[in-house]
Amino acid sequence: MNWPILSVITFLPLLGVLFILLVRGDDETALRNMRWGAFWTTLVTFLVSLLIWAGFDSNASGFQFLEERSWLGAAATYKLGVDGISMPFVILTTFLMPICILASWRVTKRVKEYMIAFLVLETLMIGVFCSLDIVLFYLFFEAGLIPMFLIIGIWGGPRRVYASFKFFLYTLLGSVLMLLAIIYMYWTSGTTDIIQLLAHPGFTPEAQKWLWLAFFASFAVKMPMWPVHTWLPDAHVEAPTAGSVILAAILLKMGGYGFLRFSLPMFPDASLYFQDFVFFLSVIAIVYTSLVALMQEDMKKLIAYSSVAHMGFVTMGIFALNRQGIDGAMFQMISHGLVSGALFLCVGVVYDRMHTREIAAYGGLVNNMPLYACIFMVFTMANVGLPGTSGFIGEFLSLMGAFKAAGWVAFFATTGVILSAAYALWLYRRVVFGKLTKPALMRLPDVTPRELATLLPLVILTIFFGVYPAPILNVFGPAVESIIKPLNEAAAAALLLADASLK
Amino acid sequence: MDTVLSAIVFLPLLGALIAGLFGTRLFRQLGQDSEVYGEHHAHDGHADEAHGHDGDHGHHGHYDGPVWPMYLTTALLCLCAVLSWYVFAGFLHEPRVEKVEVLRWINSGALSANWMIRVDTLTAVMLVVVNTVSALVHIYSLGYMSHDGSQPRFFAYLSLFTFAMLMLVTADNLVQMFFGWEGVGLASYLLIGFWYQRDSACAAAMKAFIVNRVGDFGFALGIFGCFLVFQTVDFDTIFAAAPGMTGKPMQFLAWEPDTLTVLCLLLFMGAMGKSAQFLLHTWLPDAMEGPTPVSALIHAATMVTAGVFMVARLSPMFELAPHAKDFVVVIGAITAFFAASVGLVQNDIKRVIAYSTCSQLGYMFVALGVGAYGAGVFHLFTHAFFKALLFLSAGSVIHAVSGEQDMRKMGGLGPLIRITFAMMVIGNLALTGFPYTSGYFSKDAIIEAAYVSGWGFAFWVLLVAAVFTSFYSWRLAFMTFSGRPRASHEVMEHVHESPLVMLIPLFVLAAGALFAGLAFRDYFIGHHFREFWGESLANGPVMEEMEQEGAVPALVKWSPFVAMALGFVTAWVFYIRDASIPKRLAERHQPLYRFLLNKWYFDELYELILVKPTMRLGRFLWKKGDGFIIDGFGPDGVSAVVNDVTRGVVRLQTGYLYHYAFAMMIGVAALTSWFLFGGAH
Repeated sequence: MNWPILSVITFLPLLGVLFILLVRGDDETALRNMRWGAFWTTLVTFLVSLLIWAGFDSNASGFQFLEERSWLGAAATYKLGVDGISMPFVILTTFLMPICILASWRVTKRVKEYMIAFLVLETLMIGVFCSLDIVLFYLFFEAGLIPMFLIIGIWGGPRRVYASFKFFLYTLLGSVLMLLAIIYMYWTSGTTDIIQLLAHPGFTPEAQKWLWLAFFASFAVKMPMWPVHTWLPDAHVEAPTAGSVILAAILLKMGGYGFLRFSLPMFPDASLYFQDFVFFLSVIAIVYTSLVALMQEDMKKLIAYSSVAHMGFVTMGIFALNRQGIDGAMFQMISHGLVSGALFLCVGVVYDRMHTREIAAYGGLVNNMPLYACIFMVFTMANVGLPGTSGFIGEFLSLMGAFKAAGWVAFFATTGVILSAAYALWLYRRVVFGKLTKPALMRLPDVTPRELATLLPLVILTIFFGVYPAPILNVFGPAVESIIKPLNEAAAAALLLADASLK
Repeated sequence: MDTVLSAIVFLPLLGALIAGLFGTRLFRQLGQDSEVYGEHHAHDGHADEAHGHDGDHGHHGHYDGPVWPMYLTTALLCLCAVLSWYVFAGFLHEPRVEKVEVLRWINSGALSANWMIRVDTLTAVMLVVVNTVSALVHIYSLGYMSHDGSQPRFFAYLSLFTFAMLMLVTADNLVQMFFGWEGVGLASYLLIGFWYQRDSACAAAMKAFIVNRVGDFGFALGIFGCFLVFQTVDFDTIFAAAPGMTGKPMQFLAWEPDTLTVLCLLLFMGAMGKSAQFLLHTWLPDAMEGPTPVSALIHAATMVTAGVFMVARLSPMFELAPHAKDFVVVIGAITAFFAASVGLVQNDIKRVIAYSTCSQLGYMFVALGVGAYGAGVFHLFTHAFFKALLFLSAGSVIHAVSGEQDMRKMGGLGPLIRITFAMMVIGNLALTGFPYTSGYFSKDAIIEAAYVSGWGFAFWVLLVAAVFTSFYSWRLAFMTFSGRPRASHEVMEHVHESPLVMLIPLFVLAAGALFAGLAFRDYFIGHHFREFWGESLANGPVMEEMEQEGAVPALVKWSPFVAMALGFVTAWVFYIRDASIPKRLAERHQPLYRFLLNKWYFDELYELILVKPTMRLGRFLWKKGDGFIIDGFGPDGVSAVVNDVTRGVVRLQTGYLYHYAFAMMIGVAALTSWFLFGGAH
């Protein structure tokens, strides 16, 4: 392909913004035009992005669809490209956006700004995954927070200010440190080009540790890892449905992506050095947050805590530093993008009807919402990691990788399999099963065609990728192998060193 | 052959999907956005109509939907059953392995787990068991569930279960087996909770899934371990490499245990969960909340035997891990005894049979543990017939007495429902091992195998359990069918024999319960067992020793019969001759009676040491860990300080924090540029 397809999909949403800005008035027709404008923009972006998947060479290990333009003088360049690690996230982003717009169809407050915020967010998110210049990456990475702040802060629930503040405070801490690290990297290596940095990282083991920690601060907050996870439940609870979907499905994945793009390949010695540390945090995240999820009384909070636990599997898989672990972590991220997004949509469906997320306010929904019950069951089971759903493959592979790296990690992490069943099924039982006794619930309509249109694609993909994950798993392969290679070398070198010191 | 095998496995899935998606009311009443957002001007009348209809859509009402989903799933299952027997017949004299590749599944580095259909003798046996019982249960349910408002959903679940079970038994690798394993768990969850309006049913469904997950925890770790040790999850490759691993230690947690022992024990933990063995058995009695056909199919004949199947399938591995085998024997024997002892005093007709199932599974595990895999699978095979028969007969009884399950409110039903009575008696004869019925061959073989292998403990425990088995079986029959009626007059008025559609499956199962032992004995455990099983089971030497003349003393041979007779006579004395004995005995031995009646207090114990502390810990971590420590010293603490400072210095606080955010981000961006382009040069 000789047209800059990555730039096109990155900035296509901004074209939609332009269109929406041109729409005048705030009568029903204008609002409808804005919605449709946003929807078509995101849909076209998705369709174009499919060309990337179609044209992607799964056997090549390097970056593809490269674009390069000089920008900001000598230091930073505008450089885009995707490999097996980033391409799936690009598709995930473009795929979820039309669904989010559709899910926001009934937003009535400041529709224009709302749609613009989401479209800008899409541009910035795609930019994060496509950037091959570390400064460019940083700008997209940090700027992406702004629309998210706005979405939580303007269209959020009653405690939105507290939530967005917490979100902000945490991420600020991380990003400042990462910025310092980036500056240091530029000073020592003289380039901001990610490809060059990947090819010759060459930081001393001592420097690697500091750089690793600086990046870790930012990515760990994003994941989020225990104990810097407490912003997530609040942010989710206050965010509007589509905001929660994006937050859970895409923004959390930036942390995992960051580990795979920077920490592992650029600081292999430090990654090995901190392996046990991350294992420790991951296992705590899985067990601790699963236990906390069990006791939640708010549906969104429960799912948010379950997200933290699932992200624990991701960090554990990444730092297993072997093929199954990283494959599993990648798959888990994609799958969690589908499943947690869908779960938040499911909460949104009943929230729109009842205006409460309190679990105790529900019960017996299956009686007059059978289709909803069925869909919710699919995602509950995917969340539990039932084989045959996409949730299983990521969890299983990352645990398998962890078992290879360190038995105790897999041992404790696998208890998460029991706990996830407990909290997910208990939620389902309290919300969906039982007699329909509460008067307010008696006449709730089942899923509407519009809601079905948002959920059905996710149902299909969740099951399809659970049965036939090859289309995704094949894409990672070469990229993951090229991440593992320097790690193995570093491990071998460390072993040699240890041997030598013994003699 | 490939087509036949694929058809056997996938036709039930097809039936489940079609019946589940198009036969139910799933898509019939989509809502409208206007209803959701309270815009009453559109379609209001229409909505009212739809939901008015829905209001009285109860579960035990009548059914006025289409009947094709039921007939479709049943027909497909019958076809599968016929095909399974055809396949089985082909394996009778010619053991081999048939493999059909279906689809690539999980491929990651060295790991390759694909969808495969693998059929050898062991699988062929399971195909027959699963599809026969499933087909019969489908037919039976046509009658049993005919008044239920959501029959299509029931039949879809039944077929879905069958598919998952078939995937389990045809697996070629551990991961696909795990898929089937969890798939049957899902189906079991859905079917136990089928009457979701009952709170007890929902609780039981959840309990079944979660307790099984505890077992799956071990199963999963076992799979990871196998992959770590063997670099593969395929059965054949593992079995080929296993002998090379004997006696080698492996790193596991802080220990260095024997590799194969630890792998087998981890995998066996999964089997303990699925087959409701001692310690992980608590879900099975509660699972009786599901409709009775479900109990017959899932919680008696097929799913709960998955654990037995797993150990049999992995017999080449277990044979190399003697300590793991010993553990299997001990757990099996304890379960056989424990469950039978609880069964002695239960009053719910289905729970008695449930504990009986639990106990019989214990027998099977003893057989596996002593290396008599053929005998274990033979008992699985015969047990499927007579236990399904017992459950479906119990269903017929429950049907007759308007849904009552408490035997204290039955009695005197024999003359009124003669056919059901006869079927129940046949089931009992087979279960207790009356000579020449199917249980006689399989159960006695297990007791003999325990003796021959030198497991005195297991032998005696199983013998005592056999007395118990005979006692509770006949107690059940006497309490239900003989004596004076204890049900109310209205109920007795309504007592009627079940329709033919429910009786025919009983006849077929009764034939199996009577003759399956005689017909297949030679193949499973008799003279031809080596040729029959081929490579599919790694039968230990005990199977041959049993065959030898004089290996089993006459006393041992007769002991199960004596046990059976003893149980029968006791039950007769207790419940026919002098019905006041049980009450007096219970009063005299209150503590023991309570102990048994309350199932050794396992539920209470688990509630106390597991469930409650877990909940408390969860709440503690949430309120104290997240709320007090992390937030208190983290963001809330910081923000308190920041607020103080800003309030004191300048009134920057606009109330809109994203203004801060904006300012910060722009600042950060500016800082970047400055550092990079100003500072760097």
